[in-house]
Amino acid sequence: MSASPLSCDSRRFVYLASPLLALASLLASSAFAQDVLIRNATVHTAGPQGTLQNADVLVQGGVIRAVGSNLKAPASASVVQANGRRLTPALFGGISEIGIDEVSGESATVDSAVKLSNDQPMRPEFDVTLAYNPESVLVPIARVEGLGFTLLAADTGGSFLAGQGGVVRLDGSADPIGPRVLFVKLGNDVLGLSGSSRAAQWMLLDQMVGEARGRIGADSPHALLTPTGRAVLARYLAGSGRIMVSVNRAADIRQLLRWAQRERVRIAISGGAEAWKLAPQLAQARVPVFVNALGNLPGDFDEIGATLENAARLHAAGVEVSFAQPGNDSHNARKIRQLAGNAVANGLPWEAGLAGLTRVPAQVLGVGDRIGTIAPGRLADLVLWTGDPLEVSSVAQQVWLGGRAMPMRSRQTELRDRYLRAEGVLPRAYSP
Amino acid sequence: MRITLLAVIGLVTVCGSLDAAPARSRFTQDPYPSTYQPIASGPVLLRNATVLTGTGERLEATDVLLQDGRIVGVGQGLQAPAEASVVDATGRWITPGLIDVHSHLGVYPSPGMSAHSDGNEATAPVTANVWAEHSVWPQDPGFHAALAGGVTSLQVLPGSANLIGGRSVTLKNVTATTYQAMKFPNAPWGLKMACGENPKRVYGQKGGPSTRMGNIAGYRAAFIDASEYLRKNQPKPATPKKKRWWESASGGGTSDSAGDSGGKRDLKLDTLAGAINGEIRVHIHCYRADEMAIMLDLAKEFDFKVAAFHHATEAYKIADRLAAEGVCGALWADWWGFKMEAFDGIQENIALVDRPANGCAIVHSDSEEGIQRLNQEAAKVMASARRAGMEIAPERAILWLTRNPALSMGILEQTGTLEAGKMADVVVWNQDPFSVYAHADQVYVDGARVYDRSDRTRHPKSDFMLGQDAATGGAK
Repeated sequence: MSASPLSCDSRRFVYLASPLLALASLLASSAFAQDVLIRNATVHTAGPQGTLQNADVLVQGGVIRAVGSNLKAPASASVVQANGRRLTPALFGGISEIGIDEVSGESATVDSAVKLSNDQPMRPEFDVTLAYNPESVLVPIARVEGLGFTLLAADTGGSFLAGQGGVVRLDGSADPIGPRVLFVKLGNDVLGLSGSSRAAQWMLLDQMVGEARGRIGADSPHALLTPTGRAVLARYLAGSGRIMVSVNRAADIRQLLRWAQRERVRIAISGGAEAWKLAPQLAQARVPVFVNALGNLPGDFDEIGATLENAARLHAAGVEVSFAQPGNDSHNARKIRQLAGNAVANGLPWEAGLAGLTRVPAQVLGVGDRIGTIAPGRLADLVLWTGDPLEVSSVAQQVWLGGRAMPMRSRQTELRDRYLRAEGVLPRAYSP
Repeated sequence: MRITLLAVIGLVTVCGSLDAAPARSRFTQDPYPSTYQPIASGPVLLRNATVLTGTGERLEATDVLLQDGRIVGVGQGLQAPAEASVVDATGRWITPGLIDVHSHLGVYPSPGMSAHSDGNEATAPVTANVWAEHSVWPQDPGFHAALAGGVTSLQVLPGSANLIGGRSVTLKNVTATTYQAMKFPNAPWGLKMACGENPKRVYGQKGGPSTRMGNIAGYRAAFIDASEYLRKNQPKPATPKKKRWWESASGGGTSDSAGDSGGKRDLKLDTLAGAINGEIRVHIHCYRADEMAIMLDLAKEFDFKVAAFHHATEAYKIADRLAAEGVCGALWADWWGFKMEAFDGIQENIALVDRPANGCAIVHSDSEEGIQRLNQEAAKVMASARRAGMEIAPERAILWLTRNPALSMGILEQTGTLEAGKMADVVVWNQDPFSVYAHADQVYVDGARVYDRSDRTRHPKSDFMLGQDAATGGAK
């Protein structure tokens, strides 16, 4: 290397005769073809087959038909030579507000939380998926980075029992798949919504459970829930959906485990800064944890025990681990790969890191029979990478959702391309 | 490429000149001076590494010699003094210590309690009188986490609630009981200003400004006052002009201040005057390209220089102008969209600001998480740039984390590159640092090994973390 960048010029940029661009244009021409044979990939199935070298994946009708060596290409299929590059299931985009939060600072564009100005703030029936906008610019921005699905979250507005969300695939389809998820937040972030005490969070939660189970009469003058809310909460108490609990402090997680066992509900934990302290109990109760793998500071007194080894310790104890970002989780949903990579850099096995972005969240959220692994019968939600998918220096080369090669373009690539070029005679607004 | 930069003979004089306190005007006298003392340490020879010098070069199989707190040599086959400790860095990479130009460690520390919320004096839109250093809590565990990420110096800024938020402070990332013992010797102060949404949101219902035009009027009013103050406080010529009988009794005199007609000292105007005369570096939080252009005009109107625009999610739209005017862009790799003025952020922003000749791109954090992995932020930029057809080499990208922030903060003569005579602020990485799997193995500040990943005795721990979880080892 000989360039002297302190007196540099544009020569330091090697303009690549990019094989990526060539592939992209090839694929763009067949954007709606759903039959494709991906040849000679390193296939990370994220399932029981593990990683397959020099493998082919055949996609027909939007579904994976075969995974193996030297598969025959049907006449209808376009063939993509992967040249050994890595192929993974399309990744989990985290617990986000993609499509329900366009510009976070502009409340008119944000639908993730309900705050009703009456005396019944507890609304488990609130369902953010009804506000989901598949045409949000955030969808392609996440998708071109290899993200194929996300868990839309209800955020706390008027209650620490925030409401429901669900899984959406980022292919532009309008409706969620799989069961709904109920969101509850515990700990110091929601003291203002629970009478200033963590203890009151359990008091209120128990009362709501009592109402939903009919132990407290529907005509109680102090009812917290509406009739619809009782019915919705009852469904979760009957085990028909997962309750996602955002909680960090070990003491609160201990109470949560007792509560979940007593009420026989299926829970998952997001955040879980101190979850590692209860790793054996979480493993025994089969409670998955969506870890903020970059959290190692005591951001508050609920996170004193935060450590970069959280994911590794939980996994070692047998807990299923996925990932969740604490903030900017929608616009920068793509950062979730970096969480997984850092978890691996701090002791999590690589395969568990990939599983946390694919199989684990799909299974935990009740859609593992459709997405999250590469296997015959699964939807062909796939990503071909330039390198290690957990590595920040890699990017998604091509994304397929339901077998469709997705355009590798977004509002951000449009802005980029407009300003990559020198301005011409006319201002840039005249360029595409 | 084979170079040897041994400069032992000249070291003393070089150091002397580097350490000499700059002549300060009355606006930048320091009643809260640095008490920083490097930790005593013997010579260290880091042997046989891939070295990114921070001057744009990548040297293979190269040694770095640290002695008396300084970098003494960068080259192949260096001879170690007899008492030197020798570190086999084969397979490892060495870079200058990383520098974060935008941090709120200490002023918005962990834990983020209301009692610790000391970063925004959000009581008036112009608070040029406040100094961030007076809010710094040295026990913030975030300093140690940043150190494990290779950060050896940082600028701690007031927040962005105000049009003019106050003075920043540059710290060496060393543990201390007082901030003065962290204060980077003779580093210039910065002045924090903020464009756009934040000031108008904070003050819209509190007497204004409530609009962007109100913001600009606010800066102009403040700088008009400062210009007047500066004029009145100019040192008087040694031989006073002859006094006429109708002139005031005050004025004249021979000392700097004897003839002032500026009245009593004004802390707010001291800072702004220091910014105009170039002693205090102006750092402006500003997202939109059009607003940055207004701020450049404002700088011309009042004859100050902008050191860097911070956040600047639209810097790529005016990259050529920033480069031509010598203004750095202190930027995130990928943040965008959390508010309207950040809606046009792109992942190639840093690469495009870096692209023109004299482009000065900086990876900044504004985050207690991001400051721990500035190397990964740069790696993401390199990947995005490659996807867009721009190949950026590691020896180039390291400038975003070392040389360029040092330049914008006015400390490039002391640190920011691996050049003989500079402070021995050095990171030894376990591999190419531009990777999610990279760890800082060792971090040196002024030649002292202040962090070592494999040596528990070199993991500093804040007072706050003691006794929090003795049974299980506590937080990392």
